[in-house]
Amino acid sequence: MPRSPLPGFRLALGLTLAYLGVIVLLPLAALVLETRGMGAARFIAVVTGDRALAAFRITVLAALAATALNAILGLALAWALVRYEFPGKRLLDALVDVPFALPTAVAGVALTALFAGNGWYGSVLEPLGVKVAYAPLGIVVAMAFTSLPFVVRSVQPVLQDLTGDYEEAAETLGAGPWRIFRSVLFPEIFPAFLAGCSLAFARSLGEFGAVIFIAGNQPFRTEIAALLVFIRLEEYDYQTAAAIATVLLAAAFLMLLVTNAIQLWRLRYGRPS
Amino acid sequence: MSRQARPRVGDSLLARTLIIGAAVSIAALLIGGPLAVIFSEAFRAGFGPYLENLATPDTRHAILLTVATALVAVPVNTAFGIAAAWAIAKFEFRGKGLLTALIELPFSVSPIVAGVAYLFVYGAQGWLGPWLLDHGIKVMFAYPAIVLASLFVTAPFVAREILPLMQAQGSAEEEAALTLGASGWRTLWSVTLPNIRWALLYGVVLTNARVMGEFGAVSVVSGNIRGVTNTLPLQIELLYHDYNSAGAFAAATVLAAIALLTIVAKIIVERNEPARAG
Amino acid sequence: MPASFARRTVLALSLLGLTTAPAWADGPDTILNVSYDIGRELYGAINKQFSADQKAKDGRDVTVNQSHAGTSKQARAVLEGLEADVVTFNQELDVQLLADKGALVSPDWKSKFPNNASPYYSLPAFVVRSGNPKNVKNWDDLVRDDVKVVFPNPKTSGNARYTYLAAYAFALKQNGGDEAKADAFVKKLLSNVPVFDTGGRGSTTTFVERGIGDVLVTFEAETAAVKKEYGADKVDVVVPPLSLLAEFPVAVVDKVVDRRGSRALATEYLNYLYSPKGQEIIASFNNRVQDPKIMEANKDRFPNVELLTVDEVFGGWKKASETHFASGGKLDQVFVGR
Repeated sequence: MPRSPLPGFRLALGLTLAYLGVIVLLPLAALVLETRGMGAARFIAVVTGDRALAAFRITVLAALAATALNAILGLALAWALVRYEFPGKRLLDALVDVPFALPTAVAGVALTALFAGNGWYGSVLEPLGVKVAYAPLGIVVAMAFTSLPFVVRSVQPVLQDLTGDYEEAAETLGAGPWRIFRSVLFPEIFPAFLAGCSLAFARSLGEFGAVIFIAGNQPFRTEIAALLVFIRLEEYDYQTAAAIATVLLAAAFLMLLVTNAIQLWRLRYGRPS
Repeated sequence: MSRQARPRVGDSLLARTLIIGAAVSIAALLIGGPLAVIFSEAFRAGFGPYLENLATPDTRHAILLTVATALVAVPVNTAFGIAAAWAIAKFEFRGKGLLTALIELPFSVSPIVAGVAYLFVYGAQGWLGPWLLDHGIKVMFAYPAIVLASLFVTAPFVAREILPLMQAQGSAEEEAALTLGASGWRTLWSVTLPNIRWALLYGVVLTNARVMGEFGAVSVVSGNIRGVTNTLPLQIELLYHDYNSAGAFAAATVLAAIALLTIVAKIIVERNEPARAG
Repeated sequence: MPASFARRTVLALSLLGLTTAPAWADGPDTILNVSYDIGRELYGAINKQFSADQKAKDGRDVTVNQSHAGTSKQARAVLEGLEADVVTFNQELDVQLLADKGALVSPDWKSKFPNNASPYYSLPAFVVRSGNPKNVKNWDDLVRDDVKVVFPNPKTSGNARYTYLAAYAFALKQNGGDEAKADAFVKKLLSNVPVFDTGGRGSTTTFVERGIGDVLVTFEAETAAVKKEYGADKVDVVVPPLSLLAEFPVAVVDKVVDRRGSRALATEYLNYLYSPKGQEIIASFNNRVQDPKIMEANKDRFPNVELLTVDEVFGGWKKASETHFASGGKLDQVFVGR
């Protein structure tokens, strides 16, 4: 690929790196370096302790479930908002941003009020044997709520930008709708979709405010990793807290790295030019 | 718009009904439910008490402080997002995936951890804290810290929203503009930004919403002083734990209303559309 | 890179600082009281009265700002530079931390004010559903199989640390000091808790509004607030015959008051807590006070309780913390064994 003829590369990259350095990397470096005094052996002991492992497990599983839910719901929402006209569409469009705007604690309180045994949803669900509040399912709901906008808002602009040309061409060639979606449309929105999913997942891994209200926070059952970090902080055990946070950070970073690599690869080789 | 071919996939009645039905009902349950709880709690005592709750000096101050924070954080992160997306989408360089992942990293950091990380840097026991203290510069537990924490939490939003679109669009139009003699800034302003206006708008709106709603990181670095360093989300938590849930939810409706402002922003952008689309 | 980046940071920060400083620049007539979570109503009332009294006394307009959150978090904030002139916490460890780690308060802070620098005290007590349907009277009722108990996570809440220690102390006493039996007792107690919130008020909400559990354990001072807030038709208060003394230590933050020149006002403020007027306000929020006259006047509010102390039972807070609350301590072990 030839070097781009556009100007501003040094300025844009310089600004990006400088800002990223001060605002993001400096504090995160401070966090990671906080663990330096503890030694590798203790670091490993801390992050592979039974309770830490249980917390990692429930956090990752719940985040996966929430992301899967958001992948489907988010795609459907983006599709409906871009392609269809229906009453209340604008309201729905605006509602999508609500989970980001609400403080997570408020979201947690409201969700707990809904799903508790005496709440609007809970009073219907619990007699059916579905326990959401103070159970692992509650963690999934809280994570799904707080990360819902990611998939929708990532896919929406790209979908909006797709003209009907491809589809029309494909249809002329006799392809059915499902086939067109699969082999023409989906590849186009895939990078954005993947980005949305990976962000939703990353956000879910770190979510704290909403989850602690609804989870019940019982060790080994509904205690998430971010809460464990919080607990260690409250003990002034900064090193242990930083160690667990570092593991979460590394996991999220790796995942973001992989999805970005996939996206770049697709951009370079995967799309028709 | 009329010149473009009409999208066809999913236009059958069955697909429409299924997708709209599913999207609307799940969104209504998952988002509408909590909103209904908030509004019904806020107005439980009626409209008068609702306004009274919002008019208490501490809540008013919290709203002002939150707006003051957004006034700095949103423009700064918008500029950052555009710069980052420009560098990543328009140029080839090594370490691009790494850079993108770094930009996205704040999403995955638990806000409380982010706040504590800032304490490690600027706190009295942190790297720069003692130096700042000696020079009388107050960062932690004051406005600067609130802004810094908000910047961290929302740094990725604009970049993340516009990047996929800019990558999908490529640089052909910009290159044409430059060939025709437009300057770099002019190209950015009249070619790139109009092309990404939707995504940019979402990015800005989300950044703003998230800045105003940020709780965890700010709660660590603000010091929670009533009527002084309490932002709106902190004030909400405070009222809630004061056994004043009506006041807490009244304050929360302000934040929910801000999210609904997306509609207004979209309508305005759409109205200005024809001037450009032709 | 480091030099230029530091310069940029400082420049940016000073700009931010300059533009905002006038909005909340504090004169010496303003002090900040950094306090525990549920002390908010109490200190709201005290600050108001204190300001009025100062005004009447010498015409000074004094403002006491308040900050409330979990005390561990508050102590951390003060340590990291939150400019508290005074701290009013709910356990001495958090004050001690300020002396040990940051030299912010003097090592002999306990002797600076009467009664170990603790102007009032309280104890863990129970809130039950109206009419006490599960007939909960004492700590051993909390480990029954048919009773669910709600209190916050002892790791994140000072309130719950008292609950845990009170239960442990009770079990030790019942079993003649047998630690294994006390361990088993608190283990069973913790397994009866369906929801661990991070703070006391969170647990109150879980218990009352979500209808979880049969007993809420919290400070006696708080039980009255819960009853007042939600009504006697919903909840009753049960004070167990034996509990643990919960002291509320106060201290002037020397480093801050010396820098700000606010020592006199800060000291006067804390002394006010010991004055008859201060003690009366404190007692009206259902805290037990040292002033015998005020205790006598409020005696129907404060049933007789045998109070054990952390010093007697656990050999002091430092030791209790190391044995029970540190990472890998007894609390972690009984949690892990669930």
